[in-house]
Amino acid sequence: MHPAIQGLIMIVVGVGGCIGYFYGANLLLDKVVFRATGPNAGRNINRANLIRPWLFLLPAILALSVYLVYPVIATLRLSFLERLPGNEYAFVGFENYSKMFAEPKFVEAMRNNVLWLVVVPAASTGFGLLIAQLTDRLRWGNIAKSIIFMPMAISFVGAAVIFKLVYEARPAEVAQIGVLNHLYLLFGGDAPQQWLQIPFWNSLFLMVVLIWIQTGFAMVILSAALRGIPSETVEAAVVDGANPFQIFFKIKIPQIVSTIVVVWTTITIATLKVFDIVFAMTNGQWETQVLANYMYDKLFRANDWGMGSAAAMIIMLMVTPILFWNVYNARKEMR
Amino acid sequence: MDSIAGKKPAVVWALNISVLALVLLWLFPTMGLFVSSFRTGDQITASGWWSAMFPAEQTLQIRAADPDDFRVDLGNGRYLVEGNVFGEEPFEGEMKAWATSSRALGAFAPGDINDLGDGETFVLEADGTYQWEGNDDQISGRAQRLFIEAIIPPEFTLNNYNFVLFDEGNSEGMAKAFFNTLTVVIPATIIPILVAAFAAYALAWMDFPGRALLIAAVVGLLVVPLQLALIPLLSLHNAIGIGKGYLGVWLAHTGFGLPLAIYLLRNYMVGLPRDIIENARVDGATEFQIFIKIILPLSFPALASFAIFQFLWTWNDLLVALVFLIDSSGQTTVMTKQIVELLGTRGGDWEILATSAFVSIAVPLAVFFAMQKYLVRGLLAGSVK
Repeated sequence: MHPAIQGLIMIVVGVGGCIGYFYGANLLLDKVVFRATGPNAGRNINRANLIRPWLFLLPAILALSVYLVYPVIATLRLSFLERLPGNEYAFVGFENYSKMFAEPKFVEAMRNNVLWLVVVPAASTGFGLLIAQLTDRLRWGNIAKSIIFMPMAISFVGAAVIFKLVYEARPAEVAQIGVLNHLYLLFGGDAPQQWLQIPFWNSLFLMVVLIWIQTGFAMVILSAALRGIPSETVEAAVVDGANPFQIFFKIKIPQIVSTIVVVWTTITIATLKVFDIVFAMTNGQWETQVLANYMYDKLFRANDWGMGSAAAMIIMLMVTPILFWNVYNARKEMR
Repeated sequence: MDSIAGKKPAVVWALNISVLALVLLWLFPTMGLFVSSFRTGDQITASGWWSAMFPAEQTLQIRAADPDDFRVDLGNGRYLVEGNVFGEEPFEGEMKAWATSSRALGAFAPGDINDLGDGETFVLEADGTYQWEGNDDQISGRAQRLFIEAIIPPEFTLNNYNFVLFDEGNSEGMAKAFFNTLTVVIPATIIPILVAAFAAYALAWMDFPGRALLIAAVVGLLVVPLQLALIPLLSLHNAIGIGKGYLGVWLAHTGFGLPLAIYLLRNYMVGLPRDIIENARVDGATEFQIFIKIILPLSFPALASFAIFQFLWTWNDLLVALVFLIDSSGQTTVMTKQIVELLGTRGGDWEILATSAFVSIAVPLAVFFAMQKYLVRGLLAGSVK
């Protein structure tokens, strides 16, 4: 069957199934199980209303349990097992973890990931804040923001191609077609550089791609936060003779700290999961390995589910503090 | 602040210029890809894309006409091949120099007579006409190779797009991948919206024990890395017979998109006016009617926000497609995967790479610029709260 027809059928079945389920389940509840007529009408309405929320929630809860909760538990379990031939498993305790920690590639991936986690959120938030402040009073500020926000729509793979062209190196005797090498030679560099093959620096060049994408996100949110600052506080500072830098750092920043934290943590999570950029640009060669790509290597290239799952659990472990922090904040706001 | 800045034109100028510099810095990489996709492979390797607007010097490799078909007998055992290396159309560039060997590039000026030895000569004029003369042995077999250095005026072409999208013989074309991506994206965007909308309504406007706990769970699940889901879910899909395919990838995207969908929609629905919903309840509307007739239409902005997120995310996704969709037959490849393949096999062919990448970027960019308002609104609802 042609995939497009299959897709169409999926839409019809999916949408129709959802509507049908919700409509049918409600009808069943009101007209058959707990009828709102007869001697028990009042009690039946109450009972129906006790059950109805769960009817509304059931598909979502099912999908969330199967696609997010179950995998976390299953991955945890897999990380303690070793796959034997013939689809059998043996419990090996923490052996997958200890083997992994002893692997130089894993140590490299951890080190790079920490570097990514330090550089990318800081740079994206910093640039985002800077641009949000600079464009705030500009007449063409919205156009500027729109252009800086644009990379958000571009896939990591697309961005990888874009930046591969920027970093492209050609032999010294022919014209350079990568901007970076062109500028490098223009400002006195001796020979064209293979930017993605210089250890340590190449990780930074990969980070540039993510910073380029994430800055727009930080800018949009911080820009809204800056606009939300009560103008009285700024005006009072102006009257007291504060200069623009003092206003920005001492009046504005303290009032948007909580938003900065939200932006920072959101970008941190995106950074932790970074996969496509490394996969497409270097595939972890030249010491650019990161955890997500390491995990993909283990799972699908080496077919080592135990160590791959252990690597996935490390990512989960690094996300967990943010997870609890978010839940804590959400609950605080609801009260 | 503008009261201060307004008084100092220098500050205003500095502000405008620094923002302009940042904007250009952000735009420059994408521009490179965009411009390159309209240049031929020769043009791309001859000069940086930033000089594409200006004439560039290039070395063209051309062969003279085949001597066995085109030579003219001059008598005395002499033969001549005549013609124009640039074909019928007049040459628009400016020829600087030429050569017949790659080891002596630029050896001759236009109009010079190149003595190839033993009485064989080659003359090339600036307009591309040439005379190649010699004896029977010399003017036969392979045609003479020419290396022409010329300044070529800027020229843009749609051939790359033609080749990447419409060429039937191109096994690495994007047309199939484009439709595959579309097939993945549309159901994967629509279905989670419906599932999430009902759940969000229950979490926002119905009272039941465990509601707070469920909301906390959704917030927690927002950040669970989908990397954890790969192996367990693939095993599950294989066990229940879905295997690798569209159904699997639709379900996976639905599951992974749900937390954000529920979170965004609930946050929005909670803010809807209580009076409307309670009036409807008093008037005897069922919860189902309230949801369909009141909540859903009023929540349109939030639905649109999530739809754009999910659309961009599924369109741009590589990992989920790699794991749940693309099998060894390669029939179900999506554009992101196709581009990664091209990076491996056609790493130096920038005209193909740039065009393929731009084909995959164009749709999300169009959606982005058309629906930016909703995207921003969704971001703000998702993060600032």
